[in-house]
Amino acid sequence: MVNKSLFKFIVNKFLRMIILLTTLCALTFSLVSHSPIDPVQAYIGADMMKVSHAQREKIEEYWGLNQPPIERFERWGKNLLHGDLGNSMIFRRPVIQVIGERFWASIVLMGLAWVISGLLGFIMGIVSGMQRGKWLGRLIKWYCLTLASTPTFWLGLVLLIVFSVWLKWLPIGLGVPAGVLSADVTLGDRITHLILPAMTLSIVGVANIALHTRQKMIDVMASDYILFARARGESGLQLLFRHGLRNVALPAITLQFASFSELFGGAVLAEQVFSYPGLGQATVQAGLRGDLPLLLGLVLFSAVFVFFGNLTADLIYRVVDPRLKEAGDTV
Amino acid sequence: MTIEYNPDDFKSTEIGPGYKSLLEVSDLSVSFVQYQKGLRQRVLKVISNLDISLGSGEILAVVGSSGSGKSLLAHAILGILPNNAICSGKILYKNELLTPERQKKIRGSEITLVPQSVNFLDPLMRVSAQVRTAVRQGNPEEAQKKIFRRYDLSEGVGNQYPFQLSGGMARRVLISAAVINGSKLIIADEPTPGLHPEIVTETLNHLRELTDEGCGVMLITHDISTALQVADKIAVFYAGTTIEITPAADFHGQGQALRHPYTKALWQSLPQNDFTPIPGFQPLPANFSEGCLFAPRCGKITSECTGSLPVMQDLRSGKVRCHHAT
Ligand code: SF4
Repeated sequence: MVNKSLFKFIVNKFLRMIILLTTLCALTFSLVSHSPIDPVQAYIGADMMKVSHAQREKIEEYWGLNQPPIERFERWGKNLLHGDLGNSMIFRRPVIQVIGERFWASIVLMGLAWVISGLLGFIMGIVSGMQRGKWLGRLIKWYCLTLASTPTFWLGLVLLIVFSVWLKWLPIGLGVPAGVLSADVTLGDRITHLILPAMTLSIVGVANIALHTRQKMIDVMASDYILFARARGESGLQLLFRHGLRNVALPAITLQFASFSELFGGAVLAEQVFSYPGLGQATVQAGLRGDLPLLLGLVLFSAVFVFFGNLTADLIYRVVDPRLKEAGDTV
Repeated sequence: MTIEYNPDDFKSTEIGPGYKSLLEVSDLSVSFVQYQKGLRQRVLKVISNLDISLGSGEILAVVGSSGSGKSLLAHAILGILPNNAICSGKILYKNELLTPERQKKIRGSEITLVPQSVNFLDPLMRVSAQVRTAVRQGNPEEAQKKIFRRYDLSEGVGNQYPFQLSGGMARRVLISAAVINGSKLIIADEPTPGLHPEIVTETLNHLRELTDEGCGVMLITHDISTALQVADKIAVFYAGTTIEITPAADFHGQGQALRHPYTKALWQSLPQNDFTPIPGFQPLPANFSEGCLFAPRCGKITSECTGSLPVMQDLRSGKVRCHHAT
């Protein structure tokens, strides 16, 4: 029964995702085709004056821009069903390749930030929940509230100024050193280029999970079962390890999976500030230069990415929480 | 929390013969510090000048309406009041002062709590594991199996999570968790809320059984009929204090043996009696006045009543807090 309901649940989610993706693509498509950005001009830039009308028409034809949007969307959709995302106009390579390459740079960055902010935020939340009303608890709370309203790009700039400009400890930007052959780039190079953007994302990502865990911790500590546990002689850290963590960890992990969208959003900004060649930066470029195939590919990709985060969050609850797991068929 | 104690003050307040004193609470007050708008503080007294006593082999029911602060009495005895609570007065357990250190040492072992509902169990922990955490001495697993056998709980029940327990089973699990260390003083806080009459009787029988083995049971309840089913003594709790302590047997007839106007009215209000409700409401802690707190609802009120809070006095093998007790 449990498996059956779980199966139904997943199928349901996937159906919803398909509807969401279709709408999202249509929306992106119409937004971009109505946007004032002329992809040809954006591509050619200042040399536009040198391009004759005939040449321009050729480029448009090459990119398929001369057909009505509906037809273009239809064709794009058909190709998509065959697994073909088209070619990026600005990179002049298949979209799938561009995304694949950038994905690895981004996943390292986002993964690092995700783990660090998750662990750090969880610990901070526990401590401030336990120390509520005391100075340490308040300090963490205020720190998080301040962070929650700090823009990512601003924090990125501050870190950049401190660590790269003043202290000169870390490189200013990019994913690898400039002017070095890609074969000569060492792992150390990649890591030093990763530190600042990862730090920016982690610092910002902490606030949400810490505040959430803090509140949950306070609720748990005020619960009836903690009262009864105390009445049976349990106290202090024993309460935390036996009942506290158990009841706080699950919502925290779930929240962390459900926060993929914030993570992605943060990465777009952080990558932009540090010119880090990840998905976020590619998204900004595709948008600014009217590279419709790439933009659509990225929209699809990020939506699927966020969807899997949310799905994992839901599944964790269903598989781990006994209240949902063992009552499986009633949900 | 602070408990002031002067050994010379100690006077036995036992009522009824034959009981060895297990628990003596005298002049207990519990207040909360509240922060109002800005930094203004106010102290809210929730329990004031409360006296009760309990011997081994005895069931004392503390009866009062819901939300009147009865649970705080249980928490004060166990020493698990919230941090912003201030506690004064003295609590003696086995004729020795129950200091916070001693409370910490003996709660869960000598003194225990039987809670109200399955919400008092960790929702994410299997039942048997939870019962085992309470064990202080010996092999927890054996102790848990033994207590489960005593309360007729199968091993399968132990593998369940709290939300899966049926009403009756939850009751028995809660009692097992509470008494697994052979506690002497058992505080049952509303142990029969909205249960099927059969389960209520079963639960009360379990409590009775424990007193037969020499425990003292303090049964906190809002339901006087539940209390009368099993208790030896009844303490009537009104607006944060006990207004009457009486042998359960005094609840009979028209209530002529009862001492306090409120207790009489309570008895009269039962369906099996006149079913006449008592007009008015209990005052909330924020509105406690100087004089008798029952005064606004009392038919026998005089000017003396509103002037000063009546003190607890002995009357016919019971105690009462009323200027005009009969
Ligand atoms: S003291 Fe006065 S008002 Fe209070 S119960 Fe007795 S008679 Fe009534």
